Amino acid sequence: MNFRIISALVMRYLFLYARSPMRLVELAFWPVVDLVVWGNVTVFIQKNTNPEFGSYVLFFLGGMILWDIMFRAQQGVAISFLEDVWTRNLLNIFVAPVRSSEYISATFIVGMLRILITAVVLSFISWFGYAFNVFQLSWWLIPFFLNLMLFGWSLGMISTALILRWGLAAESLAWAIPFFFQPVVAVFYRVEDMPAWSRPIAWCFPPTYIFEGMRDVMKSGTMNWDYLGYAAGLNVLYLALAGWLFVWVLNLTRKRGLLTKFATQ
Amino acid sequence: MSDPTDTREVILEARELTREFDGVKALDRFSFKLHRGEVLGLLGANGAGKTTAMNCLLGLTLPTSGELNAFGMPLQANRIKILQRANFSSAYTALPGNLLVWQNLLVFAHIYGVPNPKKKIAELMELLEISHLNKSVTGQLSAGESTRVNLVKAFLNDPELLMLDEPTASLDPDIADKVRKVVRKVQRERNVAILYTSHNMRDIEEVCDRVIFLHKGKIVCEGTPSDIVAQSSSDNLEDVFIKIARDGELLDEPKKASAV
Repeated sequence: MNFRIISALVMRYLFLYARSPMRLVELAFWPVVDLVVWGNVTVFIQKNTNPEFGSYVLFFLGGMILWDIMFRAQQGVAISFLEDVWTRNLLNIFVAPVRSSEYISATFIVGMLRILITAVVLSFISWFGYAFNVFQLSWWLIPFFLNLMLFGWSLGMISTALILRWGLAAESLAWAIPFFFQPVVAVFYRVEDMPAWSRPIAWCFPPTYIFEGMRDVMKSGTMNWDYLGYAAGLNVLYLALAGWLFVWVLNLTRKRGLLTKFATQ
Repeated sequence: MSDPTDTREVILEARELTREFDGVKALDRFSFKLHRGEVLGLLGANGAGKTTAMNCLLGLTLPTSGELNAFGMPLQANRIKILQRANFSSAYTALPGNLLVWQNLLVFAHIYGVPNPKKKIAELMELLEISHLNKSVTGQLSAGESTRVNLVKAFLNDPELLMLDEPTASLDPDIADKVRKVVRKVQRERNVAILYTSHNMRDIEEVCDRVIFLHKGKIVCEGTPSDIVAQSSSDNLEDVFIKIARDGELLDEPKKASAV
């Protein structure tokens, strides 16, 4: 991998964001909307229920913020690719000496930058608006963020592979794919509260361990280390699978001659 | 087809290149050599196989069979090394429209590892008479301006191999003439090998040393523009183009003009 090329591609995305204020606004707009809705629901429930249950509803806010981290990481990869499609620049990239790994790495970095912006905005609003201090998760925040980011990257690569294969007809998947997972990764409720048949499915995905871990930390201040181990191990597996899928689809589109039709459509 | 006594360095070579789409041959045992410092025109009506050939040569589409070598290396196995020494410009691709011209060019200069990129961009923009567009929004450029910005991108890495896909499409005669002159100037000064497609026969006559006419994926004739015209019963290259597009052949038997 050539870091000069990765930095050039990242520079391009930074130019793009600097030139398009609406893209920057978009980074914060929907997360803030989500946070305000969930924040108000949390306050409403806290006021109208017993204090013990009231403390549990803060899990909603924690879940929402961490979910958004994963979603933004996925978007960073998928939307960066779509930016090249929308601007008809994809062909210029594919005929330049850019390896797939360099291209994907650049989108990972963009995803990370998007997460940082979103996380900072959400942390401020949740603290000042709803007295929810995301830093109560302490140093656990770092492995939580990292694991969710890694899974978001995997989903981003899968979304990109599907768009590569089916063209802009599959564009909506860039937004939809994370939400296929939301019901089963226990973002807002515990795995034990899910239907019995769905629990084994839930434990197949790294975010489940992170959201369960978050609730443990918020409730008792302790974290099950096994959860982090499983999440990290599964993330390695999913990243490898998603990377393989991306490269396989890219080669397939070259074999079938789809790449140029897609790149100039 | 190729002269065995020709000692010029071969930059790009296709051997028996075939590409099928759903059983239909878009390219049929297509072979050619492009030498250093030569401009080779790839001609043919729509659907003749030019774009498929170009896409195979760029590594965007894999051939069904056949061999492709650039700089003496197999293309697929050495794609990145080869692309570092090559470049491409097409009337049908664009640089991101919402970036400024200098931003787009700077990004590609970094991708190609151009030393002193700002100076290089300024020199090339001056050469193409578009220095005033440096801070323009790329998406707001006219077709002529956009083509010249794409050419700056294509010249950035001082390519030894340049593939130009209809570089004068949709340009007015004045700008098209300027583009042709710049391409010729750069080619002569830097001894670049250029593969050139166009539907504009004036382009071909002015720019290309040698041309290949394709019809239904097969080479119909090959030679210098003047040799091909002389060999046919046509008055000019445009008539040759029309005859091949309609009849699929230059004469009764496909013949090639004398190879360069």
